[in-house]
Formats: sequence, C-alpha cells, structure tokens
Amino acid sequence: MKILVTVKQVPDTATKIQIRADGQGIHEEGIKWVINPYDEFAIEEALRIKEKHGGEVVVLALGPSRVEEAVRQSLAMGADRAVIVTTEGSVEPATAAHALAAICQQEGFDLIITGKQAVDDDSAQVGPMIAAGLGLPQVTVVIHLEVDEASKRLRAERELEGASEIVELPYPAVVTAQRGLNEPRYPTLPNIMKAKKKEVRRVTLESLSLPAQPWVTVNRLFEPPTRPEPTILSGDPAETAKELVRLLHNQAKVL
Amino acid sequence: MANGVLVIFDQNAGDIRHVVLEMLTVARSLGKGPVTALTFGTDAAKTLPKLAEYGADRAVFWESYTQYSSDGFSAAIAQSFPQFDADVILFPANAWGKDLSARLSEVLGAGLATDCLHLEAEASGRVKAIRPVYAGKALAEVVINTPVQMFSLRPNINAAEVHHVNPEVLDIAPSVDPATFQAVVVERKEAQTGTIELTEADIIVSGGRGMKAPENFQLLDALAAALGAAVGSSRPVADEGWVPHSYHIGQTGKVVSPTVYFAIGISGAIQHLAGISGSKYIVAVNNDPEAPIFKVANYGIVGDLFEVVPRLTEEIKALKAQQ
Repeated sequence: MKILVTVKQVPDTATKIQIRADGQGIHEEGIKWVINPYDEFAIEEALRIKEKHGGEVVVLALGPSRVEEAVRQSLAMGADRAVIVTTEGSVEPATAAHALAAICQQEGFDLIITGKQAVDDDSAQVGPMIAAGLGLPQVTVVIHLEVDEASKRLRAERELEGASEIVELPYPAVVTAQRGLNEPRYPTLPNIMKAKKKEVRRVTLESLSLPAQPWVTVNRLFEPPTRPEPTILSGDPAETAKELVRLLHNQAKVL
Repeated sequence: MANGVLVIFDQNAGDIRHVVLEMLTVARSLGKGPVTALTFGTDAAKTLPKLAEYGADRAVFWESYTQYSSDGFSAAIAQSFPQFDADVILFPANAWGKDLSARLSEVLGAGLATDCLHLEAEASGRVKAIRPVYAGKALAEVVINTPVQMFSLRPNINAAEVHHVNPEVLDIAPSVDPATFQAVVVERKEAQTGTIELTEADIIVSGGRGMKAPENFQLLDALAAALGAAVGSSRPVADEGWVPHSYHIGQTGKVVSPTVYFAIGISGAIQHLAGISGSKYIVAVNNDPEAPIFKVANYGIVGDLFEVVPRLTEEIKALKAQQ
C-alpha cells in the first residue's frame, strides 16, 4: 500500500502565543516548532499499516524552510521519503488543501492520512477538502482503523460527542486521525541518522498554479478578553465550601 | 440573487441539540433572507415544532437519508443548493458538522470558517466571524471571500431565542441515490447513558493530578451529580488511564465553553487553560496558592480538595433541596 501522510508544523502546545502589534500574525521568535500532534497519530497509523501490508509511506508538508525539521522527524519515525511544498507566506486551508491534493495526484496513493485538525488554526478542513477535491470518500476523527486489502475497504470507528460510530468505505480514501488511534513511536537514534539521508523533494507553491484569491481572509488576530480578578478563599474547608456556594448562588447567580 | 441562510444539522429520533437553536437565532440575527433548516434521516420531520419555535422560515427534511455519508450528503446538498436560495450556510461545529461542512466547502467552492463564536452581518451582506485559534489562546476576525459563505458555530456560546414562526416545509427531494454513497455509517455506539457531553455541558467538574488516584474521581462524580454536571479531566490523568481519553480537556483534547468550570486538583498547564478559556466562570480548588489555574479563576479555594470537595457537594445538595 502506498500511503501519503500530510503533516503540518505548528507551535508546540506549551507555547504562549504573542500576537504581532499589527494583528497580522504571531511573533515567531523563540517558538518551538513541532509536528502537529494529530499528524503524529497519522504517521504512526501509516507506519503500522505499512508494517502489516507492505508498501511505502510518503510525507507531504507545506510551509517555509523550517518545515524541514518536522519532515525529518517524520522520516525518523519511519516514513520513507517526503515532498515539501515551499512557501514563505501563511496559507489558508483551501490553498493548503489544493496544493497538497495536487501533490497527492502527482504521487499516486492507496490511502491519505492526516490529523483531524492542526492545533494552530484549528480549522479541521484540509483532510475533507483533499478528499472532496480528489473525489475520494473520507472518514474523520478516527480512533480505530481496519484495512481489508482483499476487498479494498476500510472499517473505521470515529469519535462523536458522547458516542462513536462505525464507518465503512472503499479506498483510496482520506482518513483523519484523533488521539486514541494509536501511541506514536519515538524516533530511535539510528533512525534519526537514517532520516538525514532520505529523499526530500521540494516543489514551490507557485509552480502548482493555484488560484491566487484565498477563500478565507484573516483580518486580524487579537487577544481573548482578560479574565476578572479572582476571589480566592482559604481556611476552614467547611467555611470555604459554604462561602463558595453562596458566591456562586448570590453573586455569579449560576447555581 | 440568493440571500437566505441555510442551517444544516443532524438530528436523532427527532431530537436536536441545543446548538441548532443557537444557530437558528444567529441565522435570524444576520438580518438576511429566509432561514431554511435542512436535516436528515428517520423522524427528521419531528424536529418541525422546535424549528417553528426558534424561527426557521422554511424546512427541508431528507428522511430517506437514514445513514450518514459525508460524500453522499455533500453531493446531494450541492446539487440542490440553488433551490435553497441561500448565500450563507451554518453548521454546528461538532464532529458531524465539521466532517460535512469541510467537504461541502470544497464541493461548493465556498470558503468556510470553523468553530465560530460570533457572526455579524456587515452592510454589504457579507458576514464577519470571530473564531478562536491556537485553541483560544488568540481570537481571529475572519471574512469569507467566495460568493457563498460557510460557518460552523461552536455550541454553548450564542443564546437561543424563541421566535415563533410557521415554517413552510419545502418539497425539495435529494437527487443523489443512497446506493451510490461511498463512506457510510453502519453502526452507532452510545457512550454510557446519563453522561453529559463535555462540549455541550452547562457545568463541568474536572479533575487533575491532584486527585492522586483514579478511584478518587468518585468524589467528582458525586459533586457532578449534585450539580447536574459533566465530568472531565486534565491531560495527564487521561494519559495515565485514570479516566477515558474522552474526558481530556485542553488544546489537544476537548475545548469547552460551559457556564461554570470546576477545576479540581488541576494546576493549569497552558494547554489546559486554552481548552477552558471559553468558560464563563472558572472555579478552582487546589492546595497550591501559586497554581496558574488561580490566575484565570473567578473563584478559588486554596485547600485540600479531599476536605473541600465533599463539603462542597453537601452545600450544593442543601442549596438544591431549598430550590
């Protein structure tokens, strides 16, 4: 099976986000960049499928030169090679999906796996958009995946609010990964060394001749409202518990 | 030119989630053309009284679509789209809505803003949206540039206002044969009954490492039962297996916006604070006065949670008994 995994590089979730004064982005100095956590589940699942069924795992990424670090890490986890769509500017979901879909088409594949969303813009759009763009079925927020090579079908469990559902679909298809799908492996030192020599092909975003007009424009980023000064109680547990309930009932009026 | 609002949502045996009522209210607040509700499956038409109560001018029920299919539903909506007379589409930002809206976005060639908190119509008829990014560490003001504008709405943020109308049920039949659907839901597994879903909960009681052991979550279950609340957790205790993954609240877990969030024995890592930043009131109980959770809390108790929580439960039971 040839499996493509699209990977995004995002600020580590421990990052304190600082918005630029012009509201047109965030300060990138000092940020630790990592593979989007949900994309790690996608890579791991692709590797497990390859280990079971044979084939190739190719990582696709999009972004500025720093993205190579996330790509090398994906290769160190065990992916075979990578393609990076290079662009310096920030890219909205539709443009990213169209660029990645174009590379998917060039590459050919049996399965495309990615994270259920990226933890920077939280759009949760790229996976389904690639699927729709390529005319493929999709299953998103997947916590369990079974591949039947004989029938070329997938059986996936996806997480809903307070429930889950089983989806059956033929592949080629797009799958997006949720936490719980697997436990991503850590790259071993020998694999980190090997990853340095693996093939990384670069394609410029411009060379894909996509429409220039973005579908969504971010006018500005701004800080969430600050929270009010807290009322902190301490002392006798019974007294503080009583006072807290009184405040929630009489002051906040939420009980 | 089409100028209405199409509100698309899922239903279960005629029951609809509260977010649908919030969506109808937001749809009406945009002051555009008619608000059309579209839902699917067995008993879809049973939602009509609620739709009438919350201001849907028109309704379309595709009851023959009994099994959800992202490819099938999106193709059918796209084919019938001109008949809906809409240039704005709203979805709930739940697993169902995110799955279908992103696919429909590509099929229609219409830009989509995910998980919006607020929508506002500008004089031009274009809609400006506010949505969280970095799990709420920042907010973004976004606009859609395509003729059709799509938005998914986060539950529990917008008010649902009663506005009685007499909806016209439109006879628009879906044109895609279910036999051609590719990805199809074949089974639904409900979580244990009686549990309240975190992303829709009005009150959440959440525990962290300070709970010390999985069995101590019984204390939180008791508090939650007294409050009628859902139970959640920080990431470390879900990773430890003390509670299921579905409890995990934070940047890489669930992002919640309840009226009251009780953080019990949770120090408040930045990822957790991001996931709860939409809470109207945050209440923290922790023995460490320096814990970051107290910086975002409205109310806090510095003390031993094993002493405080049972007393809190008793006080709340006493209050509820008076009410």
